[in-house]
Amino acid sequence: MTLTVIQALASHWRTHRLQLATLLIGLALATGLWSAVQAINAEARASYDRAADQLALGRFDGLHNPAGPIPLSRYVELRRAGWQVAAVLEGQLRVQGQTLRVLGVDMVAYPALPAVTQIEQSGTPPDPADMLTAPGRLLTTPVLKPLLAGQTGLPPILISDALPPDLILTDIGVAETLLKKPGEISHLIILPDQPGSIPPLSTIAPELERVPAQEQLDTAQLTDSFHLNLSAFGLLSFAVGLFIVHGTVGLAFAQRRGMIRTLRALGVSMRRLVWLIMAELSMLAIVGGILGLVLGFFLAGALLPDVAASLRGLYGVPVSGQISLQPQWALSGLAMALGGTFLASGHALYRLSRMPILSGAGLQAWRSAASGSWVVALAGVAAIAGGILTLLLFGGLVAGFVMVAGLLVGSALVLPYALSRVLILFQRSAKGPIAQWVWSDMRAQLPGLSLALMALLLALAANIGVGTMVSSFRLTFTGWLDQRLTSELYVTAATDQQGQDIADWLNPQVDAILPIRSVELAHSSGPLFLYGIIDDQTYREKWPLISSSERVWNRVHDGSAVLINEQLARRENLWPGDTLAITSADTLTIAGVYSDYGNPTGQAIVSMSQLDRIAPGAEARRFGIRVAPDRATDLAQALRNQFDLPRRAVVQQAAMKAQSMQVFEKTFVVTSALNILTLGVAGFAILTSLLTLWTQRLPQIAPIWALGLTRAELARLELLRSVLLAALTALLALPLGLALAWALLTIINVEAFGWRLPMYLFPIDWVYLLGLTLLAATVAAALPAARLLRLPPADLLKVFANER
Amino acid sequence: MLLTFDRVQKSYPGGRPVLRDVSLSLDRGQTLALTGESGSGKSTMLNLAAALDIVDSGEITLDGVALSQLDDPGRAALRRTSLSLVFQQFNLIPSLTAGQNLSFHARLAGCHDPDWCAHLAQRLGLSDLLDRYPENLSGGQQQRVAIGRAMAARPKLLLADEPTGNLDETASATVLDLMLALVADTGAALLLVTHSHEIAARLDRRVHLAGGQIA
Repeated sequence: MTLTVIQALASHWRTHRLQLATLLIGLALATGLWSAVQAINAEARASYDRAADQLALGRFDGLHNPAGPIPLSRYVELRRAGWQVAAVLEGQLRVQGQTLRVLGVDMVAYPALPAVTQIEQSGTPPDPADMLTAPGRLLTTPVLKPLLAGQTGLPPILISDALPPDLILTDIGVAETLLKKPGEISHLIILPDQPGSIPPLSTIAPELERVPAQEQLDTAQLTDSFHLNLSAFGLLSFAVGLFIVHGTVGLAFAQRRGMIRTLRALGVSMRRLVWLIMAELSMLAIVGGILGLVLGFFLAGALLPDVAASLRGLYGVPVSGQISLQPQWALSGLAMALGGTFLASGHALYRLSRMPILSGAGLQAWRSAASGSWVVALAGVAAIAGGILTLLLFGGLVAGFVMVAGLLVGSALVLPYALSRVLILFQRSAKGPIAQWVWSDMRAQLPGLSLALMALLLALAANIGVGTMVSSFRLTFTGWLDQRLTSELYVTAATDQQGQDIADWLNPQVDAILPIRSVELAHSSGPLFLYGIIDDQTYREKWPLISSSERVWNRVHDGSAVLINEQLARRENLWPGDTLAITSADTLTIAGVYSDYGNPTGQAIVSMSQLDRIAPGAEARRFGIRVAPDRATDLAQALRNQFDLPRRAVVQQAAMKAQSMQVFEKTFVVTSALNILTLGVAGFAILTSLLTLWTQRLPQIAPIWALGLTRAELARLELLRSVLLAALTALLALPLGLALAWALLTIINVEAFGWRLPMYLFPIDWVYLLGLTLLAATVAAALPAARLLRLPPADLLKVFANER
Repeated sequence: MLLTFDRVQKSYPGGRPVLRDVSLSLDRGQTLALTGESGSGKSTMLNLAAALDIVDSGEITLDGVALSQLDDPGRAALRRTSLSLVFQQFNLIPSLTAGQNLSFHARLAGCHDPDWCAHLAQRLGLSDLLDRYPENLSGGQQQRVAIGRAMAARPKLLLADEPTGNLDETASATVLDLMLALVADTGAALLLVTHSHEIAARLDRRVHLAGGQIA
């Protein structure tokens, strides 16, 4: 019997192939966009995990000095007291314009690292003593070999593929020399199996803090907000795709009510029918899910290089630029397809299961559905209020996303009611009978179209919100670049001595030479980059201060104050008037806070003399050169010729800005792509809803045709109806999109990236989006309208046939 | 003559003939009942007369206009201005109120007369129901609205397809009485398709169709 019932149920799809295709496409789109995001996230996280495993990070508790580096003497004292600790020195090394991470570890005490083991077990293992004694060895990946091979003064290189792609691993003694940090230790790791009778930390090294392994800030934590952002967009796309599934399954169930009644009359129990329909839905979900996974795999492959560039640009995190099929995101995609299908079909399945055997096959009356919309609208208002309340009560990134989700979902739920009220107003003001019918008919169609319109609202709001955020960011970023990149030329010398020679040579020829010198310090808030500046009008006039106290520049240059970047200010809640402990011995008043987009780490600026006092020996190889803009190109070439500098060692302002803008644009490629795809899915949802409603439209259209309107006029009205509903939805999406932009700019960005941006409005973009929406609605309605135009009168007459 | 069928032939798309050489005429103010078994071609004749469908051969003229000469917009204009239809299923517009439905055809035809509509509503017993939507009306009430809609445009020809087929006996009698009275008052001609011999007996003439031909 089961097989017979399955055959009967499946026969529906044979005769409704377009419906089947729509359902599978809806599922594939929903799963595809979600899976693409998950694949990207999984690949990035796999990269972080690989790096953590390769460096044994996050496995051991650590000892940190909140005030700065740990002196060598303290390390020795701890070892002598019996503490089993291993020293780590971290820093950055610039090689041919590229910044590389250097990790110096105590090769004797540090736990065995896969890269070291790999080299020791290779065919030609190095003498262990060579690793520890001068000049030492540098372990790095094959990727960096060509870059390092051409450098003079570096120790011999050993290659291992068990290292992150941007890292140089070496003994701590070698790292001290490379990083010019003699006697410094960034932090200590506490090895397992400590002796039982060691003195407590509070007596032997009270200034050090023990940080448990799970609390150490790792890359995955650092980039969590970025991945959460991506996941939120993936979920939005998934939800929009589910609207298609909901609409299609709803229609299929409505059309099969007659068949279900017959099957039940023939003795098939409702329980068996529900199980078989659930099995059928599962099959469809798996097929659609697999199609979605294939789509997601290729989409992720196309997007990953840009995401990798974003992560490198924003967080300095290397991510492999190739996608690989990983079971966890494939399974998550299939689970989402299955879960989503049942979520989207649950209501229809429930109604079917409760259908009395003698009930008619009629479709839901429009007015009863419409009258219920105020309940749905109330639920929407509650969702919005709940989101806002969550943010007010808890704050933080997750609460920010809850608020955004509440705003979006709530507004979507309010939409049918809001549209209904607007349509009533139009209907009341309509004069002619056709106008009156069109407005009332649009209202009558709302229940059938509301899901598609909700999807459109979400897609449009996301477009407006994210578009406003990105454009505001772009405008701010461009202005900020103009303020930050004021020098006409940027020069990087190979050595400090060459830097001095270049400065001497340039001095009589240029308006000003602005040294760019910095050191990386260990700070309680994380790595802190301390910069020194000379007193120059350029800074006083251009530097992008977002908050400052009186005489800010005078106080910095007399050595009594410091400037900090916005990220550090927001993270530590430090503002002008507060103090910053740069090291345990150097605490300065904060005189100003400056914007510093695209940089995840804390930064502080002091006068050059202060820098030399706090961190003597900071590299002096980079300069900004102020010169008349029309001389910049010639001077750049002259510099290269004079000092035999490679092309990238002398960069003009325009090239620097272009490079920065390129990183900026790449950062938003993924969100923009997801935005466009979501809008496309929403357009497809409208098409499927209109096709879904098609069978119900004829009884409503035929009487109007019989009363004297032509099919061409009716087809035009069908197009107009769809365009008007899309236009009204777009108008309602505008305030929602702006609210979303405000939330992204003032809540999500601040929490996720540490900077707050001003919000600008871009009405031309809205007009463009409205045009795109109307076009999508016209295209979606074109097929049903064309069908109507070509519909034989005999089909319309069937509506009036008494024996039908 | 208001309406003439001259040797009209019509087949279904598969080629099976529905009407064979049917000729018929209906004068102004005259009422005619069209009877016959299911599938005999009654509704097809009505659809052809209403310019909802076109003949395979032969000619239909309405008020001197040959329907085969009209294009789609021409036929639509004819439906708006010269004739009205009443269906068994009522076919009211669900999104409009009874009052809006009642005046709809007249407004579409550009001949809306609020006093006449009010008179019709009163005659049809609908005055208190004009703000209701069709789903909140009984079958008899809906059919009275449909008759009002048809008569509001003051048609020359009223075409009715089993107008009481979905109604109980009492409602059926009321609806028929009202329709015949209004037709008589306005001087419209009526072509009514029915299975009922009793209803047919109340009209001026009766034509019986069998196998697509007038018996």
